Amino acid sequence: MSRREAEQPEQADNAPPMVHTGARVRRNEDPRLLRGQGRYVDDIPLEGCVHGAFLRSTIARGRIVALDTTDAERVPGVLAVYTCDNIGGLDREMPLLIPHPCITHGRTQRPLARDDVYYVGQAIAFVVAVDRYVAEDAVSRISVDIEPLPVEVDMERAVEDGAPLVHPDVPGNIAASLVQHCGDADAAFERAEHHTKIRVQVDRSTGAPMECLATAARWDPVSGELVVWDGTQAPIGLRGALSSLFDLDEDKVRVIAPDVGGGFGPKIHFPYANEVLVPLAAMQLGRPVKYIEDRSENFVHMSHERTQIHEIELAATKDGEVIGLRDVFLHDTGSFIPYGIAVAQVASTAIAGPYRIPNIEVEFRCVYTPTVPVTPYRGCGRPQANFALERAMDQLAEELGIDRFEIRRRNLIADDEFPYKREGLIFADGLPVTYDSGQYGAALALLEKELDLPAFRAEQERARAEGRWLGLGLSFYVEGTGLGPYEGGRVRIHPITGKVYVNTGLTTQGQGHATSMAQLVADQLGVAVDDVIVVEGDTGVYDWGVATFASRAMVVSGSAIHKAAVKARERVLEIAANMLEVDPADIELKDGAAGVRGTATTIPLAAIATVSNPLRYAFNDAAQIATQFAPASKGDGPPLQGDSRPGIETEQFYSPPHATWAYGVHAAIVEVDPVSYDLQVKRYVIVHDCGKMINPMIVEGQIAGGVASGMGGAFYEKLEYEANGNLRNASFMEFLMPYATEVPHMEMHHLETPTPLNPIGAKGAGEAGTIPVAAVIASGIQDALAPEGIGPLWHVPLNPSVLHDAVREARSR
Amino acid sequence: MTSSTYRSPVNDDPTLDISLVVNGRPVEASVSPRLLLSDFLRHHLGLTGTHVGCEHGVCGACTVHIDGRAARSCLTLAVQLDGATVRTVEDLEGPDGSLSPVQEAFRDCHGLQCGFCTPGFLMSVTALLDEDPDVADASDTEIRERIAGNLCRCTGYQGIVAATRQAAETIRDAKEQADVPTRG
Ligand code: FES
Ligand code: FES
Repeated sequence: MSRREAEQPEQADNAPPMVHTGARVRRNEDPRLLRGQGRYVDDIPLEGCVHGAFLRSTIARGRIVALDTTDAERVPGVLAVYTCDNIGGLDREMPLLIPHPCITHGRTQRPLARDDVYYVGQAIAFVVAVDRYVAEDAVSRISVDIEPLPVEVDMERAVEDGAPLVHPDVPGNIAASLVQHCGDADAAFERAEHHTKIRVQVDRSTGAPMECLATAARWDPVSGELVVWDGTQAPIGLRGALSSLFDLDEDKVRVIAPDVGGGFGPKIHFPYANEVLVPLAAMQLGRPVKYIEDRSENFVHMSHERTQIHEIELAATKDGEVIGLRDVFLHDTGSFIPYGIAVAQVASTAIAGPYRIPNIEVEFRCVYTPTVPVTPYRGCGRPQANFALERAMDQLAEELGIDRFEIRRRNLIADDEFPYKREGLIFADGLPVTYDSGQYGAALALLEKELDLPAFRAEQERARAEGRWLGLGLSFYVEGTGLGPYEGGRVRIHPITGKVYVNTGLTTQGQGHATSMAQLVADQLGVAVDDVIVVEGDTGVYDWGVATFASRAMVVSGSAIHKAAVKARERVLEIAANMLEVDPADIELKDGAAGVRGTATTIPLAAIATVSNPLRYAFNDAAQIATQFAPASKGDGPPLQGDSRPGIETEQFYSPPHATWAYGVHAAIVEVDPVSYDLQVKRYVIVHDCGKMINPMIVEGQIAGGVASGMGGAFYEKLEYEANGNLRNASFMEFLMPYATEVPHMEMHHLETPTPLNPIGAKGAGEAGTIPVAAVIASGIQDALAPEGIGPLWHVPLNPSVLHDAVREARSR
Repeated sequence: MTSSTYRSPVNDDPTLDISLVVNGRPVEASVSPRLLLSDFLRHHLGLTGTHVGCEHGVCGACTVHIDGRAARSCLTLAVQLDGATVRTVEDLEGPDGSLSPVQEAFRDCHGLQCGFCTPGFLMSVTALLDEDPDVADASDTEIRERIAGNLCRCTGYQGIVAATRQAAETIRDAKEQADVPTRG
């Protein structure tokens, strides 16, 4: 594990030492989770709770000609059966969350199908019964007759004339299309000495969090409050949607994301059918209602991602300098486009990666197919763009006879070129792509050194002589992280315990916010990390903010919390200075107390917090000091003067000027078995730079998890739709998610180039690991099988039978 | 002794009586024949530490110990458990509330993120180390093979592999220390 420090962001005069920030601190959240005391939605004890189950379409595209729920209603224990006809105002198309002018034909689905079904898995009816077993029994007694309509699940054929339409009023199945330009691609292609054009394809996958979707709701008729526990990444957004749909005051709807068993993107989308029908049933039945999605439903209900087909073309000089790039791609959005063009837009703006490439033209079309809707999944279009670009770079290197490392080196943006702007490419935050900082060349050099290329080349030669297939693959990626619009942070010192309470508007699904955010605060206030209690994901506690997505939590919320902690520190120092009658500069905050430097005098934070809150009642001994007649309260004028507020509580917001760009380069040494065509990854080496790392252990965990998903997308995981729109492998038995045996050990090396865009210097890390893996693996296998002369590997996931066919085909040539 | 009737709320559903030991405590129950052990533990005994990730026997999140061996509670019916001894994640910590060596190692090695797969992994690894203390000397590849019955989507397994090795070493060291006086 190596780690190279760039210079730290400048420290303010009175800044505290960074003891916890940057350290491998064990997580605050772990003891509870390890003891089985996690509280996921299905663990919330709700007295008298009843359970929901869905009837889902088994037909991709069809018309509902008959739907009869009478038998289901008669099943003992059934409390309600909902269809589109008895859900009142909910029978409407759900919101299109991110509108964009290029979406000419935006379509979103209804909670329960009306007249038509659009994909296998679409919800048609919702049964509520005394338990899940009975609810599922009743679902099986609903009779539904669906007349199938013609379908085309292949995206390229779906855009052809005469293809069956998913939505009859959407010509060509095109939901949206967009062309973006940076520089002058035409002129660059004109002037180039060499053109390389390839077609690449990435197939459909799913986030597959270990906890499926889950919603529970309770309606309190006394307070008129609706409480919803939901496995979501966006409780504040969901609260807004529920208030609007049910016409309730926002303060009367509380959405809580308790422990959430993984998110990875699909849980940023809302509202799913369960997220509106469970609250509806709870309000109508006057009893708590719960819906826990099972795994087979998750495969056909929760959003998918990834299918894209790119035709990418590079214009280069003979020396391998890439001066122009054109990319035209199709993006499969499934049957609806509820999250707008986010995935396609991110792919299109990441298309030039870490390279200078000054002239770019990129065009995409979002295509409806009668399949599960598509919204972001870890990587969000970046893995596809990276696969297209990096396979094209390998191809260009091959055609020009330049080494793969060398061609990259020649095109990387140099350190002194930052900030590097791609005028005309508008990123997902609505702003032009601007890379803020990086040491791309150093990253590549470090990777080469760690790989020990001469040694590898010698080994490869030996291996080839023995008929073994050994190869090396690499991929360099960038990731725009930390999108706005903003997040908030609130810091409060508890007057009784002296513990520090921190709130923000995010959720966590395993990223360790309760630790990393606490580290930032602990340093400012001189307290132990486990004395900082981070509470998020509950609109009843804090409801300013957006959500957890786009590797933005530390960048945006972390910055807001840091700013609030700095303010809290100022306030503590000011009050302590008063109490101790010294200059604030002479005070240090340490071990939960304020002390005068060089003396033994200290006052605990609890006492400082107590004094800062003018009291009437001495409810405990400590409180005496803040009551009216205590000496400390003596003073002129009212106890709270000017704009001051009681207690130590600060709130700050951070709104990024634009995204901050993390990056990294991965390489793998792979071997393919000549008999079984199994893949063995012998080494997996990562150089990664997400700016200042607050907790390197957590960063490495994020990378490792990302690489594991990436391995799935490179070689194992593929959702296989049959021609009739049925999803063939909707279970963990047939969708091959990697076990420990399919994921390599990862060697990780860090650079830390701080971003100038935020006060903590951090860039996002959540999705990084996933992005380059497919390109790394394909590049490595291509190299391994080079002696066989196989054709190009431009389609992932690969698998043993694809490789077997490629070798057979090459040998028969 | 916990004794109660867990009857399907729908009245004409038949029930069967079972008596078993869960985390050291005797339990008697009258349950519907189709009730899964995972649901029995979670919703009837309130032991929600056991998680359900697939309900088709692939992910291992629901792993518990039945008569000392790791088993998938989503593939087991509660009525099959008559006379059995069941142990769940809630029983791993020591009598003084300290984390077990396996739990401690998961914390040290960042072997968990969202925590959803974690109880299943803890039960699988605990059973593995009970059976085979020599895992401490195993190669990484061998450890990966031994834990390849559980899925995790968050960690990429790197921390889990490290935690398994650390726990194996801790347990072996503790055994060796305990053995020293008798050898002497
Ligand atoms: S829930 Fe039992 S194996 Fe997945
Ligand atoms: S920690 Fe989230 S699935 Fe393993």
